[in-house]
Amino acid sequence: MNPYVIPSLILVVLVTVGIGAYGLRFARTTSDFLVASRSVSPSWNAAAISGEYLSAASFLGIAGLVLRYGVDVLWYPVGFAAGYLALLLFVAAPLRRSGAFTLPDFCQVRLRSPLLRRLATVFVMFIGCLYLVPQLQGAGLTFTTVTGGSYAWGALAVGLVVTANVALGGMRAITFVQAFQYWLKLTALAVPVIFLVLQWQADGRPAVTPPAGPVFRTETTVTVQQDALLDGTTPVQRGDELTFPAGTPVPQVSSVDAHLGAGWLLPGREGSLFATYSLILATFLGTMGLPHVLVRFYTNPDGASARRTTLVVLALVGLFYLLPTLYGVLGRIYAPRLLMTGRTDAVVLLLPEAALGGGALGQMLGALVTAGALAAFLSTSSGLLTSVAGVVFTDVLRAGRGGSIRDFRVATVLAAIVPLALSLYVANMDVSRVVGLAFAVAASSFCPLLVLGIWWRGLTDVGAAAGILAGGGASMAAVLVTVLGPPLSGWPAQLVGQPAAWSVPLAFLVMVVGSLLTSKRVPADVGALMLRLHAPESLRL
Amino acid sequence: MASEEAGPGGSVESVVGTAAGGSSRPRTKIVLGEVAARRAPGDRARVDLAEQTPVGEALVKGLMRAQLALALRLSLVVLTGLGALPLLFAVAPPVGAAKVLGVSLPWLLLGVASFPFLVGVGWAYVRWAEHNERDFTAVIRRPEQ
Repeated sequence: MNPYVIPSLILVVLVTVGIGAYGLRFARTTSDFLVASRSVSPSWNAAAISGEYLSAASFLGIAGLVLRYGVDVLWYPVGFAAGYLALLLFVAAPLRRSGAFTLPDFCQVRLRSPLLRRLATVFVMFIGCLYLVPQLQGAGLTFTTVTGGSYAWGALAVGLVVTANVALGGMRAITFVQAFQYWLKLTALAVPVIFLVLQWQADGRPAVTPPAGPVFRTETTVTVQQDALLDGTTPVQRGDELTFPAGTPVPQVSSVDAHLGAGWLLPGREGSLFATYSLILATFLGTMGLPHVLVRFYTNPDGASARRTTLVVLALVGLFYLLPTLYGVLGRIYAPRLLMTGRTDAVVLLLPEAALGGGALGQMLGALVTAGALAAFLSTSSGLLTSVAGVVFTDVLRAGRGGSIRDFRVATVLAAIVPLALSLYVANMDVSRVVGLAFAVAASSFCPLLVLGIWWRGLTDVGAAAGILAGGGASMAAVLVTVLGPPLSGWPAQLVGQPAAWSVPLAFLVMVVGSLLTSKRVPADVGALMLRLHAPESLRL
Repeated sequence: MASEEAGPGGSVESVVGTAAGGSSRPRTKIVLGEVAARRAPGDRARVDLAEQTPVGEALVKGLMRAQLALALRLSLVVLTGLGALPLLFAVAPPVGAAKVLGVSLPWLLLGVASFPFLVGVGWAYVRWAEHNERDFTAVIRRPEQ
């Protein structure tokens, strides 16, 4: 095992706790404690938002998908970044001016409906849980890759650590901690990639897609994970150890879905046009509906700075997303055995040692990316768990103002159990795919609510509830079938596996028609609300 | 132009000048409050806004329409710039197979160029949205002619 890994992980935890403790000295009020002071400059705030947003799916998942499927999955990082553009164009400034702290709060402020608030609560919990699953998956995978231990123990250990941390200490996500996590994640990918590219140059720039498919550069021993056929002919059994001499082409394993041919380089190979557009719709519109994203906007002092902060987030997130693609591409050359085992999500963790050798440099860079991965799932899952637990605390346990810290702890444990159980169940799904499903539900429930709520006076509580139930409910059902149900094939598989292309328009349509039919229920003070959402604060009306 | 309207004193005239300049905001705000107390006719727009008169309603609707039109126009730019790519690759496979400087074109477009493009659109939006808001503020603060 790499001797630098444990010290670097301990260092990350110590620095995180240290900055948190230092930041706590400046926290005065409850809102300071939960979301940091509101007098933070847009650049710090933006780094914090990016730090919380860049999850295991971004840090590990994208490179894994690129290694497996090629150029088509680049829509994931593009969509994850473009989601902030949609947020900027349609939501950022008015949402900050509404003063809403969570999505259920926005329902209350805009439509004054307790029933709608409760419905929003259900969706926040569902999306939060669904988004937590891939974080724990990433943790389990990292644990297996680094220590060789079992996946379940890794996911369980990190799940328990995060739950205990949130339950005992509140969020402690002082802006500076999250901002530090962003820069750590960026460094952890950017520094090794320089050495990786130099190594690639030194090796005489080996082709990414040789005519015969990926080849093993050195003698490699692969342990077979499942009973399968090699290249469609040779049967192998789980646990078999196969040794391939240097220069052998990587065989296609029947139990692992991966593109080995030169078609990996070309678009349109992975999934249909429908699936691609569905993914684009889900990621572009889903970001604004994620529970942990919205909370952070409250830290901006006014609407104009919310806009500027979002722009900086877009730039920081875009900068980060330049890197995972390179790991996926170089993984084709230096870590092709992952294409046989199917553990492609581990490519970021394994690539430094695979490319640079087991020497000190490779080990130190390997430790650096592992530390970055730890930062990725710690920051995102703490932020998510806090926002879900907060919603459970205020809207489910009905603790309200009289609620004790004990109730918050109960809420945290309740919010952690389901995703923890699910993460053990869906161990074999790609991390980024599960995240994509969470985006689809967010895009077909909260995106229409926010966009219509902010820009259309005619929205009513009945229309909004009907739209969320129709679009969000349908996509929720599709997700449950995908994760828990039997495998589908053909068109049903497309429609259920990537539901956003039909569920988002459905949600908008039902919301508009429902509101038009119940137009008498438009709140009487909608004019004053629109003034508050859209007029610049400098007018002080 | 302002001095005939805001009769009470020379100080008001200088204040209106500052508001048009738009640089010293706190001072403008305080003195405009005084002007409101004297019921200067120039402040009617603010009253219209605060009291939700039809004129105030129309002003807010105008601002919302301007901001929404801006957002929709820029989404159209992204939709044609990025959203058309999968269709383009499907309709014209040679584009998907093209190479620029030895790198496959779709990889360059999606993996590299898309991010600066998104940031550029966002930057343009922030600029123009703030411009719309400044126009709105100027209308509210300027005395009616």
